[in-house]
Amino acid sequence: MSTAVIKQKMRGSAALQQILAFASLVLLIIFFSLASDNFMQWSNIEGILLSTTVIGILALGTTFVIITGGIDLSIGTGMTLTSVMTGVFIVYLGLPILIGILGGIVMGALIGLISGFSVSILKIPPFIATLAMMMIAEGLSLIISGASPIYFSDIEGFHQIALGSIIPGVNLPNAILIFFLMVLIGWILLSKTIVGRYTFSIGSNEEATRLSGINVTKWKIIIYTIAGCFTGVAGVIMASRLDSAQPALGMGYELEAIAAVVIGGTSLSGGKGSLVGTMIGALIMSVLTNGLRIMSIPQEWQTVVIGFVILLAVYIDMLRKKNV
Amino acid sequence: MTDKILEMKNIHKSFPGVKALTDVQLDLYRGEVLALIGENGAGKSTLMKILTGIYQKDRGSIVYKGKEVAPKNTKEAQELGISIIHQELNLMQDLTVAENIFIGREPRDKLQFFLKDKELNKKAEELFQQLNIHLDPKTKIAELTVAKQQMVEIAKALSFHAKILIMDEPTAALTDTEISTLFKIIHWLKREGVGIIYISHRMEELKQISDRIVVMRDGEYIDTLETASANIKQVVSLMVGRKLHIEQKATNPSRWKEIALEVNQLNNRYLKDVSFQLKKGEILGFAGLVGAGRTEVARAIFGADPSTGIIKIHGKTVSIKQPYDAVRHGIGYLSEDRKRFGLLLEQTVQENIAAPSLAHYTKFTFMHTKKIKKETQSYSNQLKVKTPSMNQLVKYLSGGNQQKVVIAKWLLKNCDILIFDEPTRGIDVGAKQEIYDLLESLAKQGKSIIMISSELPEVLRLSDRIIVMNEGRTTGELPQHDANQESIMELATKQA
Repeated sequence: MSTAVIKQKMRGSAALQQILAFASLVLLIIFFSLASDNFMQWSNIEGILLSTTVIGILALGTTFVIITGGIDLSIGTGMTLTSVMTGVFIVYLGLPILIGILGGIVMGALIGLISGFSVSILKIPPFIATLAMMMIAEGLSLIISGASPIYFSDIEGFHQIALGSIIPGVNLPNAILIFFLMVLIGWILLSKTIVGRYTFSIGSNEEATRLSGINVTKWKIIIYTIAGCFTGVAGVIMASRLDSAQPALGMGYELEAIAAVVIGGTSLSGGKGSLVGTMIGALIMSVLTNGLRIMSIPQEWQTVVIGFVILLAVYIDMLRKKNV
Repeated sequence: MTDKILEMKNIHKSFPGVKALTDVQLDLYRGEVLALIGENGAGKSTLMKILTGIYQKDRGSIVYKGKEVAPKNTKEAQELGISIIHQELNLMQDLTVAENIFIGREPRDKLQFFLKDKELNKKAEELFQQLNIHLDPKTKIAELTVAKQQMVEIAKALSFHAKILIMDEPTAALTDTEISTLFKIIHWLKREGVGIIYISHRMEELKQISDRIVVMRDGEYIDTLETASANIKQVVSLMVGRKLHIEQKATNPSRWKEIALEVNQLNNRYLKDVSFQLKKGEILGFAGLVGAGRTEVARAIFGADPSTGIIKIHGKTVSIKQPYDAVRHGIGYLSEDRKRFGLLLEQTVQENIAAPSLAHYTKFTFMHTKKIKKETQSYSNQLKVKTPSMNQLVKYLSGGNQQKVVIAKWLLKNCDILIFDEPTRGIDVGAKQEIYDLLESLAKQGKSIIMISSELPEVLRLSDRIIVMNEGRTTGELPQHDANQESIMELATKQA
């Protein structure tokens, strides 16, 4: 039957986009290294990886949510709120660094939990529920910090969390290691555990999942909470890198993270996606930004190019959706 | 008898305002295929939903394996051994075969957290061997044909050690070879002692596969027949039942000379070679069971779904690629779902009637409000729309008056070919008569009308000619004087 052929094609193009994303990354790297000698310098590569970490970790978390067929707009300002709370715990309350970090991550989880509650129990559409959460987190960050940055300058070792190097003799910032560690943790969760199985199942057909006797409400809350933990980790890294919690920073990060997810081949209609794809998507965005900067293309044009890349990626996503 | 596995007795079920089931009974033996048939709305699915725990019965008893049961949800029914395979298969397209079968029961480690996929695939493999079917546990569902997907559903049901399997129109989307494979599996299931309730409209198929036939009508149990001794005519007349006296309309075929619309070899994913003519001033009825393809014909002609074929309007071949083209050529479509596709509920009566015609009343982007008001008012009066004012929001009108607003809309747009899809759905009895009169007077004024309806008395009452469809094809055409409920039902269940 012809539907079988169409479906075959559809699967083909799903895999295709991930290969496409990877190939684009390689091509971009080749292009920029030919265009500029400075591109392949270790310090530049390190810069690219470092600038991928925050958006990348946000994107990893939100990949889970997007695979369920949802969306999370609260991750940008949610990240800000976790930075601010980490600042409050460590600088204002003088708690040990480790407790402060855990507190930040728990804060992120809490934001995810509330979003998950709104989506699955109050049945508010994810776009609206997380848009509201985005605004709540933005406001709270400003209120709690009194609208001014919280500096960690006096806290010994905090800056080292992201920028120090845990491996002796190798100059590789921890933030990059943490990013790859989060990719690994996320990948295990998504492909080896019950959480991942139900993430795909819900995104594939929520009603059928419910009819199979699975507590969809509970699992959706869990999935949003996991995404919140990733937000928390991103918030701590952000704070450590800047050695301060910047309450006005973060708005817009959610969209860059979603763009990375989409470029990485995860379908906004749910059911399909991968964390390795998201990692590649995030790398493509930072390679593009970095490469264009090295080629002395003005910042304004960098944004324009990234905009077109997103259009292209979403268009491919829609072609796939059309075939279903 | 000892091998009776299921006995449903005195089942009653009401929904707010509707009696869905009244005193229904049904029994099933091990290793039997029991066909369950009835017209749309006869109560078959409600009964099956009660058996599988989707609905709860109001009264009555279900005795399963000698014990009274009342499953509260599908999972509970499944665990008892009662499974249903819905017509729209309930599978997760992006998961694999094995993942689908064991969803919610996947082998895990001690923490109940990590999956043991090797064990999962092995379990699926063993299940397939036992059932003697060939499926790769690691294939994604989306890559399988509908027939294979159905096998996955059957395997899933049997993995719960199902003793009763309900199949709802299982052959609807299958090819002939796939059907014979399915029948082989059904025969195997029978030998294994599984009782099968088989819902289908295909009479030939029921003769072939079933042991007994239960007929339902209007939410009531009618009769049980031994398949071997039943004939199709008898079954159909039991299904239709009521010998309603239907006003025969006086028609005079010579009245229609001019061909308003001619459709030739209309084909798309739902339709196969649909051809017919609609004469000027005629009401052409389209009858058939749900899913026969009647709405799809309307949508194809209206340009809402892509199709191939030749459409001629008043003798001229036209190209209709989108609804805009259809409206330009004077075709108006009144959807069966007025609220979703026919009306702007939050807008006024006037705005609704004027919506498609606005361009006509616009000069340099300014709207000629007075003229709009006058002309919408005139159509509203002509159709007797009961509304306190032209500024009333459409959502506050009754179903019948909403339907009139949709009609007025197309009349103002000068449409002379009107396609009515279930024109009286959701309209109360008194208002129905008004809509009937309106349709007849429109036809008298020279409008050409296609009327799709699932209510046979309605089709018989209004149509000058009736086309019957089944499975995307036209299976026959009946002039008004030859049409009755039996002749239509026979064509509606005929395999093309």
